[in-house]
Amino acid sequence: MSDTVIEPAVENPPVVFTQDKIGWTAWLQPLAEVELTDRHYEALVDKARAKNPYFALLVRDPDILEARTKTDNDIFYNTRDGLPRAERELSATAASRLNGCILCASVHSRFASQYSKREADVQKLLDEGVTADLGDRWNAIVSASVALSATPPAFGADHAKRLRDAGLSDEEISDVVHGAAFFNWANRLMLSIGEPTPAS
Amino acid sequence: MTDTIDVIDHLVGITPGSSSDALRSRRPITKEHAQKSWTALFEPVDASQVSLVERFAVAAFIATLHGDRSTAEFYGSKLVGLENGPVILATTKALAELHATKGPYGHYPAGPLSDENTDGPVLDIGAAERAIFGDRLAAALEHAHLLTYHPRDASPAELQKLLMAGWSTTGVVTLSQLASFLAFQIRVVAGLRVLAAA
Repeated sequence: MSDTVIEPAVENPPVVFTQDKIGWTAWLQPLAEVELTDRHYEALVDKARAKNPYFALLVRDPDILEARTKTDNDIFYNTRDGLPRAERELSATAASRLNGCILCASVHSRFASQYSKREADVQKLLDEGVTADLGDRWNAIVSASVALSATPPAFGADHAKRLRDAGLSDEEISDVVHGAAFFNWANRLMLSIGEPTPAS
Repeated sequence: MTDTIDVIDHLVGITPGSSSDALRSRRPITKEHAQKSWTALFEPVDASQVSLVERFAVAAFIATLHGDRSTAEFYGSKLVGLENGPVILATTKALAELHATKGPYGHYPAGPLSDENTDGPVLDIGAAERAIFGDRLAAALEHAHLLTYHPRDASPAELQKLLMAGWSTTGVVTLSQLASFLAFQIRVVAGLRVLAAA
């Protein structure tokens, strides 16, 4: 065994769900910038991510990181049609709140607030959890995202109907599905290869 | 073969020209890169850190834990053609069926969220199965169970178990991506199946 685990002694770690900016530190050794090849930079997609410990660790397997990043970017940023960005971020926040990823929830609740201008409702979701009352449309999105995030997934025809009744098209429901499903990927990575830290 | 099929379409049972086909075709970049994610994990350029047997065994195990029979069969059918695949598949399937539960559960860092802590099973693979899997795959399956049901219980100590069992840092990254990707793929498939049935 040549590789080792990092056990960071994090002082004042974040212990509540928050919309504030927080940090993250890795439990395994990220690649240093001097170790990065052109292939690594290509896989990072955004070169600035070389300085981010999460992506600098994930880039150890460049092929899956690159495909994952491009999937992520299209699910959340491709908003020329379909579900508004705010509600894609809401689905991500709901999944993260259920799974317990404080860091993921902080990033995506901040986006949900920024795009919806409903910071108090977003905070209510963080404070009260996934059963918080956020009005019919948001309740339908949160409830569907949470059902899909359960293991095994409990998303069913009743959730789809509730979303349709709230005014979502099948295209928009598919965006909810992809937003929540993607965060079941992101939450598990973020929770299992490092931990949140106070804002740096 | 697999580079000619879209795996999510295959698992949902999407046929060309159907409403589900239209729904997926509307997001071609998502569709392309979900498929490329699958290829990166299951038709890897470099399998030196995580073997194909390990990849397909973990995938079949996770799909079974999710109660997704057809996805489990899909990964199982790939595993069965690999070295020792049949016995590993049979043991993996029996183990998953025995230890299937409901998630997510787990613990938060000590503080106000401790009230929300919920306990659940932790997988500890016994000697008989361990003899079949070997230490590396046994450790991977235990970690996959944690990531599937109680990811917020993850810790450096859990990663240490993988390293002690012979995993490299890069291997752990790939394994973590694979287990987490399965959580995504199974949920996209579940969601699209509901929309296809409507």
